[in-house]
Amino acid sequence: MKQQWEERVVYQRPRALASVSTGYCPGCTHGLIHKLIAEAIDDLGIQETTIAVAPVGCALFLTDYLEVDGVMAAHGRAPAMATGIKRVEPDKVVFTYQGDGDLASIGMAEIVWAAARGENITVFFVNNAIYGMTGGQMAPTSLPGQITTSSPRGRDVETMGMPVRMAELLAGLPGAAYVVRRSVYDARTIKAARQAIRTAFRVQMEGVGFALVEFLSSCPTNWRLNPAQALEWIKEDMEPYYPLGDYKVSDIAKQLQ
Amino acid sequence: MAKELLVGNVAIAEAAIRAGVEAFFGYPITPQTELLEHMAGRMPELGRVFLQAESEVAAINMVYGAACAGARVMTSSSGPGISLMQEGLSYIAISEVPVVVVDVMRGGPGLGNIQPAQGDYNQVTKTAGHGDSRSIVLAPSSVQEAADLTGLAFDLAEKYRTIVIVAGDGMIGQMMEPAELPPMKSLPATRPDWAVTGAKGRLKNVITSVFLDAEVMEAINWRLKAKLDRIQAEEVRCELTLVDDAEILIVAFGSAARITKTAIREAREQGIRAGMLRPITLLPFPSTAIEELLDRVQTVLVVEMNTGQMVDDVRLAVQGRAPVHLYGRPGGSVPVPDEILDVIMSLRA
Amino acid sequence: MQQAIVISGFGGQGTLFAGMVLAYAGMDHGKHVTWIPSYGPEMRGGTANATVIVRDEEIGSPVVRYPDAAVVLNNPSMEKYEPLIKAGGVLVANISLVSAPSHRPDITCVPVPASDVATQLGDVRVANMVALGALAKATKILPVEAIVQALQDHLPERKRYLLEPNRQAVQEGAQIAERGEWASQRISE
Repeated sequence: MKQQWEERVVYQRPRALASVSTGYCPGCTHGLIHKLIAEAIDDLGIQETTIAVAPVGCALFLTDYLEVDGVMAAHGRAPAMATGIKRVEPDKVVFTYQGDGDLASIGMAEIVWAAARGENITVFFVNNAIYGMTGGQMAPTSLPGQITTSSPRGRDVETMGMPVRMAELLAGLPGAAYVVRRSVYDARTIKAARQAIRTAFRVQMEGVGFALVEFLSSCPTNWRLNPAQALEWIKEDMEPYYPLGDYKVSDIAKQLQ
Repeated sequence: MAKELLVGNVAIAEAAIRAGVEAFFGYPITPQTELLEHMAGRMPELGRVFLQAESEVAAINMVYGAACAGARVMTSSSGPGISLMQEGLSYIAISEVPVVVVDVMRGGPGLGNIQPAQGDYNQVTKTAGHGDSRSIVLAPSSVQEAADLTGLAFDLAEKYRTIVIVAGDGMIGQMMEPAELPPMKSLPATRPDWAVTGAKGRLKNVITSVFLDAEVMEAINWRLKAKLDRIQAEEVRCELTLVDDAEILIVAFGSAARITKTAIREAREQGIRAGMLRPITLLPFPSTAIEELLDRVQTVLVVEMNTGQMVDDVRLAVQGRAPVHLYGRPGGSVPVPDEILDVIMSLRA
Repeated sequence: MQQAIVISGFGGQGTLFAGMVLAYAGMDHGKHVTWIPSYGPEMRGGTANATVIVRDEEIGSPVVRYPDAAVVLNNPSMEKYEPLIKAGGVLVANISLVSAPSHRPDITCVPVPASDVATQLGDVRVANMVALGALAKATKILPVEAIVQALQDHLPERKRYLLEPNRQAVQEGAQIAERGEWASQRISE
C-alpha cells in the first residue's frame, strides 16, 4: 500500500542549543530562555559569529548549553568583557547573559557604562528576584517584604531600599537603543519574549547600539514554590512592580522589530 | 633610528604600539596617565582600539575579553588601580590568555601619594589576584629599558600565554631620557586557534574559569605551576655591575637600582668593593644568580623603595650564607646616592 | 663629568620646560641626560621643579640631594634649594621675584632680573629662558648656542611663534651673566 503521508519536521532542538541536560532546577525558566536565544541564533544565521559571555550565577554554565563560542566573566563584569570582545571583533555578535545579582548589584557600574557608551552588544537580563546559585539570598530586585535567607523577616525597604528597576533605569541613558521587559510565564509572554530576543540581536547586527531584554523569570526552589505556583508568582507578584513593556525603542530599532 | 628624549610613560606606550598592541583599556591615575593619554591619541590614529573604562575593574575585564578574542591587548595603572585589577588578573591567569599590564608604582598604602615607590613588589610578584597563580614581572630601570621590556612583555605573554606585568614606578614613568624606540611591527594577520572569534568551521571555543571538580582544578593548578617552573628555568634576567670582586653585594631593582649605581661608583672611588645585582625579572626571581655570587660576597644589602619586600626573596636565595641588610625608603620617598653610600660605609665598618 | 641642575619656581613659570630645553641641548650635544619633574598635585600655581643631569657617561641616579647648580625663580624655591647647592656650585636667582638674600659665600651667585627682562622682551613667560641662558653661561654646562639650537629644534609646532622671544631671552640672560653687572653685589646688598 502506498504511503499516505510524508514526514514534516515541525519542531526540533535548535542547532545552537547543545544536546545536553542542563543543571537547572525543575520549573526554572533559565532553560526556556536559553532555548529562545538558541532559536534566534539559528533563525538569524549567526551561530558561527556569535560569542556568548556567561555570568557568575546559575547560568555560569551557559557556554556548555549553547553551541557557540563563549567565555565566562567574573561576577558582574560580563558587560566589560563583552565590550573588550566587541571592540576587537566588531563584526561578531556578542551577548551577555546575566542574573539580577550579577547585573543589578555587583555589576551595576559595568552595565550602566556599557549602556551609557551605547556599546553595541546585546544583554539578556534574567530577573528572578533572588540569588539562586548561592541558595536564595536577597537580590537587588527582591520585592518589598520578600523572605529570603538573608532577609528572613522579609526585605525591609527602610534599610535596603526599594528593588531596582533596571529596564527603566537603563532606558534613561542616551546610549541605550533597545530596552524592554518581557516574561516567560505563559504562551503569550513567551511569544513576546521570543520576538524581543530577535530584535535585540538585530539591533546589534545593524550597529544601532546597546540592547537589553529583561526577563521576569522563576526560581521555584528558592521561592519555595512549585513550578506552577512560581509562574503564578511572576504574574501576580513580580509583574505589578516590574511592568512588562518597551522602555526604550529607538527609531531605528523600531524598524527591526 | 635616532634617540629621542622621551618620558618613560610615553616610551612604554609607543613601544607597545610598535610591538603591535591592538587594544588598550585603562583608567587615568597618576603617575601613569601620560601612558593612557598617548594611547588615546595614537591608537585611533592607527585604527586600533582605545577605550577609557569606567574603572580599573572594568578596564581589566575589557582586557580579559579582548585577550579571549585573541587580540594583543594591554592596560596600565598604578597601585590603587592594580588593586582593583586583582580580580580580573586571577581570571586571566587561569584562562591562560596573554595580557600585558603596566604598573607605574606610587607611594602607598591607600591613596598614598604620587611619588615614586616600590611598595607593590609583593602585590605583583606574589600573586595574580586570588587563588594560586603568578605573573611574569619585568622591572625597568631606565626609559630605554622601559621601552625594551614592553616589547619583551608582549613576546613573553604570547609565548607562555600568561600575564606579564611591567613594574615601573613614578620615576621611570615621569622622567625623560634619550631612548630609541623599536621599529613598527605589523599586527598579527590571524587570531590564535584557541580564541573566541565565532565557531566558524570548527568546534566551539570556550574560555572559562569554573571547574567544580577539585581534581580537574588541581590538575590545572599543577599545569600552571609547571609553566611557572619553565619560566623560572628559561626567563631569568638580571644585570650585574662590578660584582667580580665585590665584597658587598647590593640587590636593587628599578629606580632604586639606578640610584644605587651612582652610590656604588662613589663607594668604589673610596676603595670599597661594592657591586650590584639588579633583577630585571622580579618573577622569575634571579635566585640562582645571587647564590652564585655568595662565595666572594661578605655582606648583602637590599635597597628598595618600600619597607622591605624583595628582601624576603633575597634572603631565600642567600639561605643564611651571608648577612642580608635592608635599606628601605617607603611611601614615595626617593633615596639619593649619598644616603645609600652612607649605608654601604656603615656596613663596611 | 656630571652636572646636576635643579630649576624651580611656581607652576606656570616654565621650570619643567626650561629643564627640558636643557636636556634636549645636552642630548643633542652628545651627552647623557635625565630630566625628572617634581611637583605638587595642583595643576596651576604650586611650586614645580625639574632636576636635569648632564653627564659624559651613563647616568645612575636621576635625583641628587646636592645639585651642582640651581635656578630659582621664586622665594620658596630660593628657600628650598639655596642651602642645598654643592660648595663651589652656582645659584641663578630671579631677583625680580626672589627677595631673600643668599648667605652662602661658598657658591657663585648669579642674580638675574629674569621676570623684568622677560617683560621688557614682551612676554613675562620667557623669564625661564632668561634664567636658563644665565645658567648656561655661568656654569658652562653647555654652550649658550646649544640651548638656542635646542629651542629651534624642539619647540613644538604650536609654540613656534614663541621661538624668537625665547631665543632672545636665552641670549639676554647669558649676557647678563657674562657682564656680571648684578653679580658684583650680593643679592642682599
